[in-house]
Amino acid sequence: MAKTHITLKVNGKNVEALVEPRTLLIHFLREELNLTGPHIGCETSHCGACTVDLDGKSVKSCTLFAVQANGANIITIEGMANADGTLHVLQEAFREMHGLQCGFCTPGMITRAHRLLQENGNPSEEEIRLGISGNLCRCTGYQNIVKAIQYAAAKLNGVPFQEAAE
Amino acid sequence: MIPPAFAYHRPASVSEATALLADLGEDARPLAGGHSLIPMMKLRLASPEHLVDLAGIATLKGISPDGSDIVIGAMTTQHELIASDLLAAKTPILRETALLIADPQVRYMGTVGGNVANGDPGNDLPAVMMCLGATYHVTGRNGERRIPARQFYRSAYVTALAPDEILTAVRIPVPPAGHGAAYEKLKRKVGDYATAAAAVVLTLNGDRIGTCSIGLTNVADTPLWAEEAGKIIAGSSLDGATVKRAIAAAEAITSPAADARGPVEYRTKMAGVMLARALTRAREHAR
Repeated sequence: MAKTHITLKVNGKNVEALVEPRTLLIHFLREELNLTGPHIGCETSHCGACTVDLDGKSVKSCTLFAVQANGANIITIEGMANADGTLHVLQEAFREMHGLQCGFCTPGMITRAHRLLQENGNPSEEEIRLGISGNLCRCTGYQNIVKAIQYAAAKLNGVPFQEAAE
Repeated sequence: MIPPAFAYHRPASVSEATALLADLGEDARPLAGGHSLIPMMKLRLASPEHLVDLAGIATLKGISPDGSDIVIGAMTTQHELIASDLLAAKTPILRETALLIADPQVRYMGTVGGNVANGDPGNDLPAVMMCLGATYHVTGRNGERRIPARQFYRSAYVTALAPDEILTAVRIPVPPAGHGAAYEKLKRKVGDYATAAAAVVLTLNGDRIGTCSIGLTNVADTPLWAEEAGKIIAGSSLDGATVKRAIAAAEAITSPAADARGPVEYRTKMAGVMLARALTRAREHAR
């Protein structure tokens, strides 16, 4: 099958490639660009482990062909850290609030939480839970993930983080 | 899971897309958001040799008022439905329903056109479009035609669309100001199709119900417009006996499949429960 030429931006870098149309974006990112942060979990568009940011949308990269991302601007977990190498506030928040255990869902959770906070800088707990409802975590029970996102939101808004009373 | 090989086409106009579909015949499928088609391709439930990606056609995007209607381009995403101030003000049931489709990531990609044209009885928007009395704009090699949503669905995945046609827009008559509407969906978890769901749009006439339209999701091999049940409610005071008769009329037209969501009897009863809840909530919203 003829390959298709695509150009896109991934984590700020211009990328050009020839891809088979059937190549899924997750396979392109992991196998061609060696970006193994986005994970392959369920492969059925349920778990969200493969979530990346594409032109300001959180997408499940297992349910998108690489050719559909032609011309797009993509951010994966590898592109989240600050330019000086320090952790992005969400990465720091997940570490501080114990928002992960095994870590498998974390790249998807953080890229999704990033878009959520871009759209809603001060989400309620319910808005956070609905906002990450396309990302499954089998370890944490979500409690500390929600807390980590609240922590990051507070930090981004320059207000002290206050844990809700249990 | 790697989907089967296909040739990729990205037309820039509707006429280019319909010409491609006509030339390539039944081996070609249009690609909208891809969140039904790509999973089906992974499972080899679909193996199109050609995909005609509609994402490059700018005219298929957008939500705009047109006289007493609102026209929504087929490639408008469910996320864009949720974000639309116009829809929130004029037809809030669309925002409410879109928020119950799948999950945020899927809604950034999933489109209105894909959701209504695919013919999956589990999709949420078709019953709402039937309830609202929407019309689908369809274009094929022989030009454009308009098909009422209530006449569009034939059986599971079988619609009035010809293979060379694409659905380009959905035209919705704006319900009267002061109408009340609700979509009640019973589902097992986020991302699930409905066990049963009901859409209600009603208007008031004094303290009685004026008009009432009812749609049902995933309780037959097509979405359903419960015309008789709506007629029973219209003119009533939404008293218990009338609601009971309307529920019986709605249940009578269902024929759900027995699956992991429950046996036939349960899903039928849940259609009635969702209808009762949607009626109550729609009445609360009406002025």
